[in-house]
Amino acid sequence: MPKKIDFSVNGKAVSVSPDSEETPLLDVLRNELGLVGTRFGCGLEQCGCCMVLIDGAPEKCCTKPVGSVAGKEVITVEGLGSSEHPHPLQQAFLDEQAGQCGYCLAGILISAKALLDKNPKPSRVEIAQALDGNICRCGSHNRIMRAVEKAAAVMRAGAAR
Amino acid sequence: MNVALPGPLNDNPHLDRWVAFPSPGKVTVLTGRVELGQGVLTAMAQIAADELDVAMDRITIRSGDTEKAPNEGYTAGSQSIQFGGVALRQACADVRALFLDQAAKILGCKTGELSIRDGRIFRNGISTGQDYWTLSGAVDLNVKATGGGERKSVADLRNIGTSTARVDLPGKIFGESAFIHDMHLDGMVHARVVRQPNRGAAIGSIDENAIRRAAKGPIEFVRNGNFVAIIGDNETAVEAAGAAAVNHVTWQNVEAPTPTQQEASWLLQRPVVERVFGAPDAGNPQNKERFEATYTRGYIAHASISPSCGLAVYRDGTLTVWTHCQGVYPLRAALAKVLKLEPSSIIVHHVQGSGCYGHNGADDAAADAAIIAMQKPGQPIRVRWRREEEFIYEPKTPAMIVKVHALLDDGGKPVDWTQEIWSPTHNQRPGAGGNLLGALALPDPPPEPPPNDVPEANGGGATRNAEPLYNIPAKRILHHLVTEAPVRTSALRGLGAMPNVFALECCIDELAERAGQDPVAYRLSITADARARAVIEKVAAMAKWNAGAPVGSGRGRGIAFARYKNRAAYSAVVVELSVDEDIRLHHVWCATDAGLVVNPDGVINQLEGGILQSASWVLKEQVRFDNGIGSFDWETYPVLKFSDVPEIEIELINTKDEVPLGVGEVTAGPTAAAIGNAVSHALGARIRDLPLTRERIMAALLTE
Repeated sequence: MPKKIDFSVNGKAVSVSPDSEETPLLDVLRNELGLVGTRFGCGLEQCGCCMVLIDGAPEKCCTKPVGSVAGKEVITVEGLGSSEHPHPLQQAFLDEQAGQCGYCLAGILISAKALLDKNPKPSRVEIAQALDGNICRCGSHNRIMRAVEKAAAVMRAGAAR
Repeated sequence: MNVALPGPLNDNPHLDRWVAFPSPGKVTVLTGRVELGQGVLTAMAQIAADELDVAMDRITIRSGDTEKAPNEGYTAGSQSIQFGGVALRQACADVRALFLDQAAKILGCKTGELSIRDGRIFRNGISTGQDYWTLSGAVDLNVKATGGGERKSVADLRNIGTSTARVDLPGKIFGESAFIHDMHLDGMVHARVVRQPNRGAAIGSIDENAIRRAAKGPIEFVRNGNFVAIIGDNETAVEAAGAAAVNHVTWQNVEAPTPTQQEASWLLQRPVVERVFGAPDAGNPQNKERFEATYTRGYIAHASISPSCGLAVYRDGTLTVWTHCQGVYPLRAALAKVLKLEPSSIIVHHVQGSGCYGHNGADDAAADAAIIAMQKPGQPIRVRWRREEEFIYEPKTPAMIVKVHALLDDGGKPVDWTQEIWSPTHNQRPGAGGNLLGALALPDPPPEPPPNDVPEANGGGATRNAEPLYNIPAKRILHHLVTEAPVRTSALRGLGAMPNVFALECCIDELAERAGQDPVAYRLSITADARARAVIEKVAAMAKWNAGAPVGSGRGRGIAFARYKNRAAYSAVVVELSVDEDIRLHHVWCATDAGLVVNPDGVINQLEGGILQSASWVLKEQVRFDNGIGSFDWETYPVLKFSDVPEIEIELINTKDEVPLGVGEVTAGPTAAAIGNAVSHALGARIRDLPLTRERIMAALLTE
């Protein structure tokens, strides 16, 4: 009998019973919970397409055993915002047209969210460093970094109000 | 009136292949061009919106679909707008004209009294109550285009020429099901293929028990000859089994690429097909100074961020395939040959994948799914390659050697130019199936295609951009098409243009230096083409080019120019960088003339992407051969990181008045050469081999 694993995803309690506690969190998100926004890129924790927040910390989840997130809070790109209520980062990415193929963007948005949670006014160098764990192969880097700067400014202005 | 139709419209003349009015207020626009992250769907919608006079948000684009959409071959070679967009524009203009004719008939007036606003028809500015949708029953679009529909004048363009938000980006930013990887078919099973290492390799043994143990879940083996796949409901188990199978299947007749074969120099002394173009041989004139230099580049991977994926189901005699490949019709033809089906019993749909930049594993993954689906009728199959599988088995862009032989006049200007090239082919697209990996493992593999390269009429493969655009009285190309390559080689963004432009534009700088002239002034002194001069002058102004900046200071600037394929967009690039042990890019300026631009921000995005991808190739990338492919993940094949990217400034010129010119690949060559020239400026020493590694920098400094 597979063991039940309880955790929360985007603020909702979930309970899954994978064949093994070693099943990668990414597979559970995509194939069990239908949350396909977190993408598979390498399965090696190298490219960052599968970045999620686990208790607020950015982590690659393509090899992370689902058992390790029992009782924890997972945020995926679907949890940032929606087309009706976009997160400032998502709005800034749209405004800057920050992406080409867009496959890397979900992971990058999560890394950027983690950065801005800690550092509301990052320099360009700090943004680049925070995103170095994410690979963009199309060459949208500058737009992405501009979008993060813009979102940070919007969020600071929002916080100041 | 019958006039010459744009090529793709001539090939697909029926207007219902391009435009439909499916329900009130809705327009479907069909295109053979597929979204690869370059924004083509948005650009096509802009074109249709202007020529049909409808709002963008009424338009749904259907692309890359053998059931409905036009057959436009491959989405490749920066040709989507230059050819496909022009074709769609004319098709829409013809459709609009047919509706105006019908409206005039009903209203008993002249078409000249009518106008269309957002699909509604007005007579002398007053609403007629008619629109595309009220008339669509009476207007038959299953008729051939005439080319008679009048296209909008530049002054009347509203969407074309306006930066427009990409229609596909929101789904990607909000984490929706946006990619083929996210597709789910009812009853679908996951599959991984145990890859045949090379054509002709045969299975020795398979330790099925060991693979099942590694899977830790139920799996099933599907085998046909040397084609072996593992399928199952649980993707985690199937993935684990696929990874384990590499170590539990033995192969005979394995040919593994060796470290010696890794370098471009290995291409010398290989069997070749000789190809010669251009001016007759110049002989060896004694009164002209001769300059020769040899430039090389290694094998490069597409390294798409997602491994390839394909889905297929064979049901009731019809094979349906979903793929992110660049050409659904060519894939259908290849699958028909391989699977011995009629093309009419195969449907191929394009679904977006990650950026491909050319011929990656997409066609092969689709073929894998199709082969498995044929053995499991009624069962939907999803194949997703593993990361390592994509790196090892995707076609590589070939290593190249480019040797320039120039004869110079008394002023140091070239009067005779030979670009001599050694390169394996840049084209092993699916063809008649002989290049689909899965097919090679079947019991009756298709024959190996004869040696070929992309025809010069299509811009050439290894010869692409080998001819300088400069005023040189005699120019020729010697192409040694190497027919034995250690790995499968095929198309990557720009094909031979990057190594050729790197070679010729670095050589131009070397000649300028010999002549004691500034690189910008020297280029302008041998350039007559006004549009070429304009981008060179523009980028020099943008960068505040400073002739005579000191050489060897550790910081340097370089310029380079190309017109892609000598018939698409013009682009000039200036790079500023510094060199110590490594190269640090600071700033890139780029001026581009692509003629009429549909989506300016989209074009700038493509130019930026080309600059950064080329910078990555030049600074970091070469596929390692280590008795096998030694570049199999992002640590063994590093690419440009966020911390590595320079500031980029781009300006577009001439955006309204000329026909559109393909732009997606134009910056790769000039960026590579501008980096090469800037490094030479910074070091006072020339590096002619790519990538520009630390070892090569050190060696160049030592020989100086």
